[in-house]
Amino acid sequence: MKTNAVEKALGALGSAQVAVSDHATRGFHLNVTVNPEEVVRAAEVLDAEGFFIEAVTGVDWLGEQEALAKEAAKKAAAAQKAAEAAAAETAEQGGGEEGAASPPEPADEAEAAGQGQEPAEDSFEVVYDFNHFQQLCRVTVRTRVPRSNPELPTISTVYPGADWHEREAHDFFGLIFTGHPDLSPLLLPEDADFHPLRKDYKP
Amino acid sequence: MSEWAADPSYETFVLNMGPQHPATHGALRVKLRMDGEYIVEAEPVLGYIHRMHEKMGENRTYLQFMPNTGRLDYLSALSYNHGYVSAVERAAGITVPERAEYLRVITVELNRISSHLLWVGAFVLDLGGFTPLLYAMDDREQILDLLERVTGSRLTYCYFRFGGLYNDVDDDFEAGARAIVKRMRDKLPMYHNLISKNIILRQRLEGVGPITGEMCRKYGATGPVARGSGIPYDVRRHEPYSVYPELDFDIPVYEQGDSMARYLVRMDEIEQSLRIIEQGLDKMPDGPVMAEKVPKIIKPPKGDYYFAVEAARGSFGVRLVSDGTNTPYRLKLRSPCFSNVSLFGEAARGMLLADAVAMFGSLDLVIPDIDR
Repeated sequence: MKTNAVEKALGALGSAQVAVSDHATRGFHLNVTVNPEEVVRAAEVLDAEGFFIEAVTGVDWLGEQEALAKEAAKKAAAAQKAAEAAAAETAEQGGGEEGAASPPEPADEAEAAGQGQEPAEDSFEVVYDFNHFQQLCRVTVRTRVPRSNPELPTISTVYPGADWHEREAHDFFGLIFTGHPDLSPLLLPEDADFHPLRKDYKP
Repeated sequence: MSEWAADPSYETFVLNMGPQHPATHGALRVKLRMDGEYIVEAEPVLGYIHRMHEKMGENRTYLQFMPNTGRLDYLSALSYNHGYVSAVERAAGITVPERAEYLRVITVELNRISSHLLWVGAFVLDLGGFTPLLYAMDDREQILDLLERVTGSRLTYCYFRFGGLYNDVDDDFEAGARAIVKRMRDKLPMYHNLISKNIILRQRLEGVGPITGEMCRKYGATGPVARGSGIPYDVRRHEPYSVYPELDFDIPVYEQGDSMARYLVRMDEIEQSLRIIEQGLDKMPDGPVMAEKVPKIIKPPKGDYYFAVEAARGSFGVRLVSDGTNTPYRLKLRSPCFSNVSLFGEAARGMLLADAVAMFGSLDLVIPDIDR
């Protein structure tokens, strides 16, 4: 089975996390996460295994970190409440000193997670889809780049077909593929300086 | 040509083909650097009818996006309907009744035949043969009439729904479909006599515009382009979906990789589609065409999903990222023509301009599908 060989080859990359996903419910076999610096290596591995390129695209995760922080704060608050309730219960029942002493700790943690600091910076996810002509094996390679500095190396040196896909991703998201031969607008007007698929784009 | 390039008197000039040009069949421009009659460099310039369907997907509900899917590749709109509904059904975990799946396959294959027929007519017209277009249009008309009765539209279909179909077919559908199968079977030898055996056409296509299998892999070309280059890749067999595993059909493959091979693949595919339709009509069970308990508002669970179908021009894929609300968070449409045209620049290098037009036609490009 192709999946095993590719899993092993990709797993050898330093930053790669390879997960097998259920094709029937998700539509792909391998879900690979790498650091932006290693996308070229990943593409080379897949090229050597005989994969063809389906598409390169992006996803804008604006607001994700804030939502995560909120969720964490909510969880912490709920935990604190539960702990307080439990403490109150033990205090009522036993009147012991130990029970009353423990609750403040989780409360501090919740505050630190909730309001203490700015949420981490949001990122663009870049998704590469690969497929194989002979064996059924779809591989999705993902990487994340920060929104303020969306730079990553091009894989058009490995797959010339990625050239246009990366240009399109540059049009839509403003992703910068270093080493790309020509990042001028492909689908958008030739003087376009906007990136319509960014979530903060207002026409 | 390199010894010419070293010569200081070597001159090239830029020739603009399109965006309004009869051979591009739509608003596509090709910037050519010519050395006399030979192409030194060809660069397709896209985007003249870019409509940003992917952004539209983020601004409307799952069902509201349905009509958009028929407006990408308007010649095989039902395949695109199929790809999109199947992606959403996979994400939302909806199962479709068997009768609906059979009807989907039958209508998609009818649509595939009508698409190939229009292509063959227009392709031969590009090369100077006018008559085949009239025959092809006549046969295609029968299919469009039948599909119009079923779906309500002639070109930009919006027939499938999440969990089934918009409505069941009427009593005359089966007879109509069988009549088309018979008509096309009778007509195909005529097409081969008129086109495939035509010596002028053969000389314009054989050995012209070779595309290797390796090139298809590097550029992600699929569909008849890949199958004309010896790659037996068809999503219907490779990654079976719908009721295709229950149907018996072949994947036509030609090794030559020239324009003639791509032409022959499509002609053979018409035959195979006829077989699929016939078997589908035989095997189609009675029953509902819509799943019970499909939620009115579709809210797939968080995550991303991929679904690919074999459209008339290659593998059409939908990557759907859901955030759990009633609109897609991100909807990537992987269109086959975009990848198929991306290899044109490399393939056309060193060709005669007239041959490049023949090769361009054999790629079967639909411009709204490239530009999305």
